[in-house]
Amino acid sequence: MEWILEPWPWYVTGPLIALTMFTLLYVGKNFGMSSNLRTLCTLCGADKTCDFFCFDWKGQRWNLLVMTGAIIGGFVASNYLSENQVPDLNPATIEQLHAAGFESAGNAYVPTELFGNESFSDIKTLAILLIGGLLVGFGARYAGGCTSGHSISGISNLQLPSLIATIGFFIGGLIMVHLIFPLIF
Amino acid sequence: MIKSIIYLITGTFFGIVMYKSEAASWFRIYEMFNFQSIHMYGLMGSALAVGIVIVQFIKRKKVKDIHGAPIVIAAKDKGIARYLIGGILFGLGWALAGACPGPMFVLAGAGYFPILVVILGAVLGTWLYGLVKNRLPH
Repeated sequence: MEWILEPWPWYVTGPLIALTMFTLLYVGKNFGMSSNLRTLCTLCGADKTCDFFCFDWKGQRWNLLVMTGAIIGGFVASNYLSENQVPDLNPATIEQLHAAGFESAGNAYVPTELFGNESFSDIKTLAILLIGGLLVGFGARYAGGCTSGHSISGISNLQLPSLIATIGFFIGGLIMVHLIFPLIF
Repeated sequence: MIKSIIYLITGTFFGIVMYKSEAASWFRIYEMFNFQSIHMYGLMGSALAVGIVIVQFIKRKKVKDIHGAPIVIAAKDKGIARYLIGGILFGLGWALAGACPGPMFVLAGAGYFPILVVILGAVLGTWLYGLVKNRLPH
């Protein structure tokens, strides 16, 4: 059972993502995590500001449960199914990140420079996290889905719009990492 | 009640897979956009390979869900602008925050609390979209 504490290889976890999608289809639902962000808006009272948020959120209760499960899953995986899991990155990636000021590359799951608790007292880091979130939320709803709804469910169903959205995800990611990161890190 | 537990367990399973596969790691996203590892491509590629087979099987065999209703994945509206522009904005945020809408909740559970700022941003971004939706090309 030692393997369970190790990182799980992509050729195991990839099919498990597909299994998650199938389970949701089989119980009559669809795999799409960003819809929860819209539901959270409605729960926060956004339905009083515009029609987009006027819908019966109870129809999305199941998805909020999936989201709650994801939180539990993160807790269980990091506390009970891992012994300080650190991604085995390409040494070139680590070197590049060290040069950009990410000392934690190669010895943490996520950069402590961004996700350590010191971030709460650093304006620049807070801005990066907030803007990153804003773009994800705005972009996901504009595109009508995120990596789960488009890149996995949509492309599995061979839908052209999902392929276009996924190409967009990559264009955006490449612009951020290659053109914008050199300016901010 | 039983159904609620199924959703909760499915989400928990998904969360564990996201964490253990490292799809929830900012570093892996960065590495992917630098084309320095097969990891994320293999992850998404193998998910898709199995996903496509599953969906094709469902369609050909007309598989029914547990309620006996046909399984349908709703077709997306036609168009290019919204998918491309929205997709690019999403990608910018995905690379910057290193988390998409599933993994951000996984990281919250794993105890990386600054991710709550990303979640707050994502909720605000969604709200902002709702406010300006009618003025955007779709």
